[in-house]
Amino acid sequence: MCRSEISALREYLGPEMKGRSISDAQQSVSLTDILGETCLGGRLHELVGRSVLMAVEDQLISAIAMTEVDGVAWRMLLCPPGLNSAEVQSLIEDADIDVVVTDQPAPWMDAGVYLVVAARLPETALTKEKTTRATEWLMLTSGTSGLPKIVRHTLDGLAGAITAEGPARHPNATWATFYDIRRYGGLQIFLRAVIGGGSMVLSDAGESVADHIARLRARGVTHISGTPSHWRKVLMSGAAANFSPRYVRLSGEIADQAVLDGLARTFPHASIGHAYASTEAGVGFAVDDGREGFPADLIGPSRDGVEMKVVDGSLRIRSPRAARAYIGAEAPQLTDADGFIDTGDMVELRGERYHFVGRRGGIINIGGLKVHPEEIESAINRHGCVRMSRARSRRSPITGSVVVADVVLADGTAAGRHETIRAEIFGQCKNSPGIHKVPAVIRFVERLDVTAAGKLARAEA
Amino acid sequence: MSVRVRIFEAMQQIAEEQKVVLPPLEDDLLLHETGFDSLAFAILVARLEDDLGIDPFTVADAVAFPSTVGELVRAYENVPV
Repeated sequence: MCRSEISALREYLGPEMKGRSISDAQQSVSLTDILGETCLGGRLHELVGRSVLMAVEDQLISAIAMTEVDGVAWRMLLCPPGLNSAEVQSLIEDADIDVVVTDQPAPWMDAGVYLVVAARLPETALTKEKTTRATEWLMLTSGTSGLPKIVRHTLDGLAGAITAEGPARHPNATWATFYDIRRYGGLQIFLRAVIGGGSMVLSDAGESVADHIARLRARGVTHISGTPSHWRKVLMSGAAANFSPRYVRLSGEIADQAVLDGLARTFPHASIGHAYASTEAGVGFAVDDGREGFPADLIGPSRDGVEMKVVDGSLRIRSPRAARAYIGAEAPQLTDADGFIDTGDMVELRGERYHFVGRRGGIINIGGLKVHPEEIESAINRHGCVRMSRARSRRSPITGSVVVADVVLADGTAAGRHETIRAEIFGQCKNSPGIHKVPAVIRFVERLDVTAAGKLARAEA
Repeated sequence: MSVRVRIFEAMQQIAEEQKVVLPPLEDDLLLHETGFDSLAFAILVARLEDDLGIDPFTVADAVAFPSTVGELVRAYENVPV
């Protein structure tokens, strides 16, 4: 199973590895037998050299379709669920789509594409397609504003962090993720399961946290990833008590010390790592020492070809795991002249460690004092009764903006303690350099929304 | 509780948080003598908006920011709720 060069996903699937499966809340499909099956009704040969939009609502069918189409089509664009028709139309044009693979064919008949192929649960295939090319993997960026951008990856690049670790790192793993696997963070886990010879348990958007955890436990999940927001919801749910994964991973948002400590207490037998990755820059690095931020010596070239630097406070990455380009008529340049991607993630050196402080565009200006909402949230989250928080800007006639913090407290926190907790949170913020005078207002709320990409929803001020 | 009392309570709370020693609050005390900086006033206006449901300095374009404590209180009292 260890190959120096990836040609297509099917090379990692074969009858020699018994007992592998991929499941969702309804079904389980054997990965061991998958090479003899098709979820495209035997029409894979019609996709040879085509540009394919993978618009499959069902994650399980989508996963299997990916393993079929990879190595056959020219390119495939992974479509997360919930895109509107205007977005889809622009994707079709920008990526020169001529085939749509979908589990809901009817609405696509008028989409103006050459072919619509129905996808369904796998059945025995009569013929087999061979790997004939390195299919381009197109993905959508997870940005919260504007139309998503399309980035072009190769499977080699997407799997770079996985192959660098080697298959021995996580033997016999059953992987799960709170992400949808059509998004970068989720796809990483799907690829880890397929390439690493393991099994995979998919998320289900409509499922409660408690039901999801019960299913992960029942399926024997050993390795699991999600955003800090996903994990805060798990910690809040109280449902994690009997779940004991070996490896817990965070990515996609800043992992602050509070969430890392909370996970370490809840999963005492797990190794807990936080990874830095983005759809554009790929997987930068993973940190396994249980502390927020990352060692300063990661800046510079690394053994596996990922090179990082900090310019004007933002993290820049040049990497073989990065996307190759943006795709589309008005696609901007992905990298600078030296091949570095500006991640827009702002970092600050404190002692021997860099800490993520927020997004470049997210700064709140309070009468000239500039703060990142994430810094304030990190300070608030250190309070023992706080489960989750969101700092946001509110206009002020005096300073332009002030910061309002919405705070979710642990279940069972008595309302009578609110004023004390509020004063303690103000006190904590005062002791944090850089944000000592904010927030202006603290509100206690029942819940905070998380986007489909697993990130804290930040309402535009 | 009167608007005046609520404003004074909020000011005392913020003074405590911002480590400001407030002089006795009287109508003719100049706001710049309270020890509050612009951020402290911004916080006061934000909290009073939550508490009283009004922000007199945003609803009307022409309202000048008050210069004394008494004018500040009247600015809130004069806004129709």
